[in-house]
Amino acid sequence: MKNSKKSEPNFRKLTVLGEEYTTLYTRKYENRKPHKPADHKKLYSFIPGKIKDVFVEKGVAVSPGDKLLILEAMKMDNEIIAPVAGTVKKVYVVSGQMVAKNELLIEIS
Amino acid sequence: MTTLRQRTEELRRRMRGASRGGGEAAIEKQKATGKMTARERILAVLDSGSFHEYDLFVEHAGKDFDMDKKYFPGDGVVTGTGTINGFPICIYAQDFTVAGGSLGYMHAKKITKIMDHAMKLKVPCIGINDSGGARIQEGVNSLAGYGEIFFRNTQASGVIPQISVILGPCAGGAVYSPALTDFVFVVDKISKMFITGPEVIKTVLGEEISMEDLGGAAVHSEITGNAHFFATSENECFDQIKKLMSFIPWNNTKKADPFPIKKPKNKVFKLTEIFPTDSKKPYDVRLVIKAICDDSDFFEVHERFAANIVVGFARMNGQSVGFVANQPMVLAGVLDVDSSDKAARFIRFCDAFNIPLVTLVDLPGYLPGIDQEHAGVIRHGAKVLYAYSEATVPKITVILRKAYGGGYIAMCSNHLKADFVLAWPTAEIAVMGPEGAANIIFRNEIQNAPNPEEARKKKIEEYKEKFANPYVAAAFGYVDAVIEPLKTREFILHALEISAQKKEDRPVKKHGIPPF
Repeated sequence: MKNSKKSEPNFRKLTVLGEEYTTLYTRKYENRKPHKPADHKKLYSFIPGKIKDVFVEKGVAVSPGDKLLILEAMKMDNEIIAPVAGTVKKVYVVSGQMVAKNELLIEIS
Repeated sequence: MTTLRQRTEELRRRMRGASRGGGEAAIEKQKATGKMTARERILAVLDSGSFHEYDLFVEHAGKDFDMDKKYFPGDGVVTGTGTINGFPICIYAQDFTVAGGSLGYMHAKKITKIMDHAMKLKVPCIGINDSGGARIQEGVNSLAGYGEIFFRNTQASGVIPQISVILGPCAGGAVYSPALTDFVFVVDKISKMFITGPEVIKTVLGEEISMEDLGGAAVHSEITGNAHFFATSENECFDQIKKLMSFIPWNNTKKADPFPIKKPKNKVFKLTEIFPTDSKKPYDVRLVIKAICDDSDFFEVHERFAANIVVGFARMNGQSVGFVANQPMVLAGVLDVDSSDKAARFIRFCDAFNIPLVTLVDLPGYLPGIDQEHAGVIRHGAKVLYAYSEATVPKITVILRKAYGGGYIAMCSNHLKADFVLAWPTAEIAVMGPEGAANIIFRNEIQNAPNPEEARKKKIEEYKEKFANPYVAAAFGYVDAVIEPLKTREFILHALEISAQKKEDRPVKKHGIPPF
């Protein structure tokens, strides 16, 4: 009989309440997404769809609640409104364009 | 006049017709994908010769879309009663070979009828799911059918054990019956569960994913936690079901049947070799369970999901018990969103079905992280407190090593009314670990010392000496007994024996509001 070497588990370090432990990670823990603080000045498509209308252009001043564009998805017109006051820095899409999910639409400065 | 023999012949002919399922071609297709037929599955899971079928001659009630011209044998579901290890069971299995196992009005009626039987007879109900979903042609009646099943699942919850076996697709609304039952079994490459399938996800969201990656057996047993048992073949799955049934009672008024007493295999599972006293070192807590329980036979539930806590069934002197144990080998045994869910659910099952709980404690606290906080570790973690506090079955806790902070309280501490809290001499019951604590308590002294590093080390040692032990908690009576590790089984056996007649009342209420 051959002596099969058991592979050593891939132990890692985990710090809890100031103590560092040797332990394994779960796949879910390894794949956790790093936190990104919300940037209200960048507007992304929350769903894939079609840009039906764009109401603003670069340099226009907007206040919270202003309609910026309409994203049509799942047969619904979704109004994309300004979450903050500012000036439109750039419009990345044009009317009639198809967009995927999480595509940058408008940036406000 | 026809004779009795002729009438019997006619019955047999009718039975043959109705039991042929969707016909040879459909059955061949089913088998080609590694699946058994509905009847084969029932026969495989039940004791040989015990199956008795009902409602074989039920026909569907669809009238629209030319449905009245179609005949679906048994309306796509097989229902009946039988036994597992001599244990009475109600069972149904959807027949994918008949109209894709789709659920119409009469199909649902057959299921709800056998569920009603199970409730009346107070016996477990097993549902084998293999269905394309609602029978669209029967419209709102198929939705009604699902609703009637969900209602019964909820009524039966905590009264009779309910088991779901996913042996094929189970999509859309259909997933909620398994989700409401106690244990869900899945088989690799055969089980598929999701609310929205890959097709719709692709059309609506533009995201491409295979059925297996979206809702296959591996995903549900490891990532979502929807499935409790994972098998690589249908036969392995049926063996798991039979094993599970041996640990649980018929209903909530009974105890699980006792088994002959067997000692643990102490020559294989040696506590002295398994267990490191340094609380930062990992080990597999399942080996400790095996060193304690009868025949070292531990039947794990949710083995792949949230492996930082271990839950499952074993026997102590022949009596079924539920073990809950932090797993230092994975994520240091922390409580987090998933492990809290997993433990709370298991505790509630054991409490509902008169299975005493043995808790082994070795955890550093809760998992730190933005993702955990934002995923609601507060309300999920609260489930463990709720489940343990609510439980009135005998509760025995053994603190093996670290029991820090909120984690100590949550793991069936004296304060949540454990009946017996035992601690090994290696136990460290404290607000936090020595390093963290020393750094906070002696911050100024350490900073102002001529050699801060040396001062830190000294203070950590001091704290360890004074607080990282079971004796402080024992001095307040929070630990009932500090025990020799090798006497753990003996102590637990005694505790179980002493609390066999335990009856604890809770305030009368309609129901509590657990932090769902």
